[in-house]
Amino acid sequence: MRFLFDWLDRRTGYRRLMHEALNENVPGGARWRYVWGSTLTFAFFMQVVTGFALWMAYNPSSQTAWESVYYIQHEMWGGWLLRGIHHYTAQFMTLLLVLHLMQVVIDGAYKAPREVNFWTGIVLLMLVMGLSLTGYLLPWDQKGFWATKVATNIAAITPVIGPEVQKLFVGGTDYGHHTLSRFFALHAGVLPALIIALIIGHIYLFRRHGLTPKQPLRRRDAPFWPDQVFCDVVACLAVLAAVLFLTVWTHGAELGSPADPAEQYEAARPEWYFMFLFELLKHFPASKTFLGLNLEVWGAMILPGLMVGLVVLMPLIGNWKLGHRFNLGVLAIGLGFFGVFTWLGYAKDAANDSFKAAKAAADHQAERIVELARLKGIPQSGALTLLREDPLTQGPRLFAQHCASCHRYDGHDGLGRPGKDPSSAPDLKGFASREWLAGLLDPARIVGDHYFARTRFAERSRMVRFVQNDVAEFDEAQKAMLRKVIVALSAEAGLPAQTTLDTAEATAVSEGRALLAHEDMRCTECHKFREYDEDPDSPDLTGYGSREWIIAFVTNPAHERFYGERNDRMPAFGSDGTLDAATLGLLADWLRGDWPGSAAPMPSAP
Amino acid sequence: MQAPPSSNDPGPPRRGFLKQFATGVLSAVVGIVPGLAGLLVVFDPVKRKQMGGAGEPLLVARFGSLPADGVPRRFQVFADRVDAWNTYRNIPVGAVYLRRTSDNKITALNASCPHAGCSVGFSSEKGLFLCPCHDSFFLVEGKIATASSPSPRALDALDVEVRNAEEIWVRFRNFQPGHKEQIPVA
Repeated sequence: MRFLFDWLDRRTGYRRLMHEALNENVPGGARWRYVWGSTLTFAFFMQVVTGFALWMAYNPSSQTAWESVYYIQHEMWGGWLLRGIHHYTAQFMTLLLVLHLMQVVIDGAYKAPREVNFWTGIVLLMLVMGLSLTGYLLPWDQKGFWATKVATNIAAITPVIGPEVQKLFVGGTDYGHHTLSRFFALHAGVLPALIIALIIGHIYLFRRHGLTPKQPLRRRDAPFWPDQVFCDVVACLAVLAAVLFLTVWTHGAELGSPADPAEQYEAARPEWYFMFLFELLKHFPASKTFLGLNLEVWGAMILPGLMVGLVVLMPLIGNWKLGHRFNLGVLAIGLGFFGVFTWLGYAKDAANDSFKAAKAAADHQAERIVELARLKGIPQSGALTLLREDPLTQGPRLFAQHCASCHRYDGHDGLGRPGKDPSSAPDLKGFASREWLAGLLDPARIVGDHYFARTRFAERSRMVRFVQNDVAEFDEAQKAMLRKVIVALSAEAGLPAQTTLDTAEATAVSEGRALLAHEDMRCTECHKFREYDEDPDSPDLTGYGSREWIIAFVTNPAHERFYGERNDRMPAFGSDGTLDAATLGLLADWLRGDWPGSAAPMPSAP
Repeated sequence: MQAPPSSNDPGPPRRGFLKQFATGVLSAVVGIVPGLAGLLVVFDPVKRKQMGGAGEPLLVARFGSLPADGVPRRFQVFADRVDAWNTYRNIPVGAVYLRRTSDNKITALNASCPHAGCSVGFSSEKGLFLCPCHDSFFLVEGKIATASSPSPRALDALDVEVRNAEEIWVRFRNFQPGHKEQIPVA
């Protein structure tokens, strides 16, 4: 064994190297305050290792970036753990950088002859910020997409060359494949390469000038190994433990729903370390100017630039008698500024109900897309297609946009917001279900808010007269017959939530069908049911509430199959070209509770 | 640099050793954990199975499209495939040679060479299958034709079924190239 090591040493001189590396003199002995540089090196090592593994599964293009991250997060062995470690280590790196900077400034380690080393440190800090910014976009989810878009749009306000700078970053005029390719090349190639080169220089210069001890020295000098290494490795272990704890606690990094340039995303926020800039920008409106430049340029570039400039100048300012105190003041003001604006940003969000609602909706959609991807697999056009073709996602939006000015869904506009004006048409939650029909045929409810109130049918329709006069007088036997009619009519819809019930009560359904057509129940005096009706002026009951029926009805309610000339105010959404067939289908599927996955809500009487 | 090497550390020897040992162990822990998380993901492909690897019957051709002269004809095989996160419906997943024998039976051969997986062509002049990569020759019924053919086994025969008198259904499977025996790709 010893022979082998001797052989290796004669050829490589590794013992001398190890000796040099481990026997660096630590003036005044090991101290915990010296650990930050080592923890940062460790954090960077973690990012390189986890980053390489992520690289083997990640795919940068606008149809595959989110999809591959979804696959890492939800399908691959330990993928969530890996992403979580990479994500939280990135957060810790930012934190450790600030701690390292604080220790260096407070201990005066930036002073001559260590200026150059201090500057390489500042450049390293900027490069790590660059890693954070580029990495945030790579999952291509709504959060990263919109937050990064803000960052690159800020680049565009650079005087004179702004638009070209933005195109360079974005890889074109708009976000797309090349944005991801560029960001990925920067994130996994250019920036890490620069960082490694600078870390080597940084450590070389650190070793050249030696450690700047905290005065007064408490103990006699000691070599780096083992006391300081022990402190360093314990600190690294603490970082690792914190990262693992956060990863397991939150089940890894968040993955929002796929980026959709067409979909407004109100919950867009940067990561916490850029939150102060986000908040700062609100106080610098681009509409006002100062010294010929608009305030946004001041807030987003000049002020942060001046701050960084002051930090860069610290070693020179430090030569002045009061320089060190001045630098400490700059550091304190900078950190205070960072703290106050970060806090302001989060405090505003915490008090902002529409932000909270947007966040909840975003979380909900993020869960839904994962469910869809698992159920159906992702088509080549990308995961966004799944959401765009999902009734559960699109139905409420379409309802809110096109239907909710008259109709309600369980009392709201489909998206959970109360309607502005009182409804002027029926509440469509559970439309064509047994409960919904029972309400319609209830003398007490037919002209209530949820049905015909404020429609022209409330006052002078035969339907209302029939329910309020005839049904109100029904005896027990007739009421039993009416219940069967309701069962049969509801079965026409074939609602997914009622399938089991309809099959189990097949006898009642067929009895009800016979009654529905029978003259005693008087339905077919106005409505058509299966058979030909020579004078139709009321909605056809054949296939009532089925997908086809709803699409046809919404296409044109004034068609002779439905209300004919008696149609109240409902527009012909299909015939007039407002909605295409696919959109009508989404709306119909949503109203019918017909979508893959997530159990459809059992219809209930509104 | 003037400090003595660690082995001659003047501190209390027992405490010094414990600290060095602990530092070494902890360094190993913090060094290995991130790598372990990465290794899991890197080794994920090992658990993946090929969809349709069991060889469910697929409709490949109709009887009328096969010449009665016993010359093999190449057909693409369509099936559903999952490629990581993407699900593809009815895409080409391979090719087979179908041949109508004199007694009106159908035989099917997987078109990939059992040697190294290249795609085999049929030469009607020679009446042989020829692999363009390493010059393996096979007879029309699939057997190795020449002693110099590097392929370890004959072309892979696949089960064929004729349904409704004219639909040719093939149990399409791939086998690992390079082996004497047929080992299904799973």
